[in-house]
Amino acid sequence: MNTQIQDLETAQANTSSKIRKKVTGAEALILSLLEEGVDTIFGYPGGAIMPVYDALYHYDQQLHHILTRHEQGATHAAQGYARLAKKAGVCFATSGPGATNLITGIADAQIDSTPMVCITGQVASHLLGSDAFQETDIIGISAPVTKWNFQITKAEEIPGTIAKAFYIAQNGRPGPVLIDITKDAQFETIDFEYQKCQKIRSYRPVPPLNHQAILQAAQLINQAQKPMVLMGQGVSLARAEKELLTFAEKTGIPIASTLLGLSSFPTSHPLYVGFLGMHGNYGPNVKTNEADLLIAVGMRFDDRVTGDLKRYAQKAKVIHIEIDPAEIDKNVKADVAVIADAKEALQGLLPLVKAQERPDWLQEFAACDQTEHDQVVSKTLAPNTPKVKMAEVIDALSRLTQGQAVIVTDVGQHQMIASRYYRFAQPNSNITSGGLGTMGFALPAALGAKLARPDREVIAIIGDGGFQMTAQELGTLMQYQIPVKMIILNNSFLGMVRQWQELFFDKRYSFTEMANPDFVALARSFKIEAQQVQAREELSSGLENLLNHKGSFLLEVVVEKEDNVFPMVPTGESVSNIRLS
Amino acid sequence: MEKEQFTLTIFSENNIGLLNRITDVFSRRKINIDSLTTSASETEGIFRFTIVVETSLSNVERIVKQLEKQVEVLKAFFYKEDQIIHQEVALYKISTQSLMHSKKVEQIIRANHARILTIEPEFMVIEKTGHQSETQALFEQLKPYEILSFVRSGRIAIAKPMKRLSAYLAEVGQAL
Repeated sequence: MNTQIQDLETAQANTSSKIRKKVTGAEALILSLLEEGVDTIFGYPGGAIMPVYDALYHYDQQLHHILTRHEQGATHAAQGYARLAKKAGVCFATSGPGATNLITGIADAQIDSTPMVCITGQVASHLLGSDAFQETDIIGISAPVTKWNFQITKAEEIPGTIAKAFYIAQNGRPGPVLIDITKDAQFETIDFEYQKCQKIRSYRPVPPLNHQAILQAAQLINQAQKPMVLMGQGVSLARAEKELLTFAEKTGIPIASTLLGLSSFPTSHPLYVGFLGMHGNYGPNVKTNEADLLIAVGMRFDDRVTGDLKRYAQKAKVIHIEIDPAEIDKNVKADVAVIADAKEALQGLLPLVKAQERPDWLQEFAACDQTEHDQVVSKTLAPNTPKVKMAEVIDALSRLTQGQAVIVTDVGQHQMIASRYYRFAQPNSNITSGGLGTMGFALPAALGAKLARPDREVIAIIGDGGFQMTAQELGTLMQYQIPVKMIILNNSFLGMVRQWQELFFDKRYSFTEMANPDFVALARSFKIEAQQVQAREELSSGLENLLNHKGSFLLEVVVEKEDNVFPMVPTGESVSNIRLS
Repeated sequence: MEKEQFTLTIFSENNIGLLNRITDVFSRRKINIDSLTTSASETEGIFRFTIVVETSLSNVERIVKQLEKQVEVLKAFFYKEDQIIHQEVALYKISTQSLMHSKKVEQIIRANHARILTIEPEFMVIEKTGHQSETQALFEQLKPYEILSFVRSGRIAIAKPMKRLSAYLAEVGQAL
């Protein structure tokens, strides 16, 4: 009943496109995707989505379908694509196991605010609820990890629902949407007409800017002696990098970044003070507890950033600029909440904030940097171990690429090292699984990213453990000749878990050591050029081979087995008690 | 954190699957729902949930925001006991014999302002509307006469503030 009201509303707000007579639901789906500007789909066929694949067959010139080797790979590829293309990634999967295999990627997209539209086939509507072959309640299963989901049982629902799906996925705080389409709805014919969704009465993506809140925020900023910006992914999602740079340069406020914020502010800028959180930089962590004002921009005070909340930023007032009202006061109480898109909020603030310089405050960060350099960085980068250390690899890669590459990381020690040591010089250059911490993310995400931006060098940095979780996607690289560069930092351990076992479980290395395959031979079996680096002297030439190669290339670097990532804020500790060793 | 009883009112679209999403906001925080009632609201096409939970104030504040975050939820509110007028209805099935054999049952029904909905040869059904404490009190009093079946509805509640849903929605730029 209400969908009718909404459809009516949408119809009034839109101009209608041409009507196409008698198309199947499956073709209506394809036409709807084309109306939404989709050019790439990641997917895997199966029984319940066969009519859609059959319709796709006739549109292969307009819609580039990438057959991944597992549905999880399709979701991460769609995520990587979405992060660089700045629009929703699209996945297809069949019912049952096809659909359930999407869940990890959907959960990842939900927690990391990545726009994605997943289409799943479903058993015919008369079989729903009967435990039919490959039937699973994917609407029920995906509800907690999707921004919205909907089951279509009639072809006539397809255009309107797809329009809504893209609107919801891409507006406000982005997120994943799942649309389940029964097989009979795919076969049924309708007269196709498409209208883009402009609004949904129950959903307000961005509220109008609250000028009172902007005034209050500006006042706090102008009064602050020791302010600090905590930059999150919201900056890149809002494409507010330039506004943030202007804001920082006018106010002289130091910029620290969350994991997903990395690359939204040039790392070489004098106001950039580093990476926040558990394995972040020393300065921004300890100075959080000395700052008198935190300006959080598009971030959500994740526990990996804050450590113990009771001992977090006790001296600071908090301005929270965030598009999602549910994030306000969720973890850290805001003194001023600006519920807005980061770009709009920063534009609102710019004319109201005073131009200032804060040499003393910045000097405090510089002193911390020196401490971190002396106690951590210089030791980590020193070529003083039999095997190469992960940080040496990233440091060399950063130098060789001049910080211009897109770095796609997996999850674990290598991820933290890459985030710490890659000197990002370009926005939109950091793709990683932050909130969910999904091992196996990097390889498929990198292939999606490369397809979104073929003009950019995309380098996946992966641990030996994570690589083996989605290694089958080498087949996708091979089939579509996607020139993704891969670096496996191989310590034959699940390194981060091993580090915790060493530090907190008396070195009981319970099931973290790995016997690994010959990665070079594995890559070559997929016709992908590969090389192993064992000795420090071979590192530079290995990296050059990787970068100079035209197609995809896998470089395995055998690294120190028991290397640890420092600094570290142990779980439950205060950010001030960050350990340097 | 000190727990209190809160009544939440949620206005939403009437779509399949939304109930799942709403209850998940509570269950993921391991908060038990004491009662849940769904019905139409005063506005055509807008559905209304009334949910009673025991939790802390800070939790309920976060929950309301996470409920409103659901795409199909228009607005959610939470109230303490003194901000609402609320009712529940209970039905009691007892054997007709017990009414025949004892004057007591009749007295109990009268004293509690309950009413008899039906009398069949074998059983009768008594209805009592009121707060949970009142329907529970009647339950205790009827217990000696063998209650064959008992059911109590979820709470329904009307908030005391005079502001209407449409006014709240207008404030945030949404319209019905």
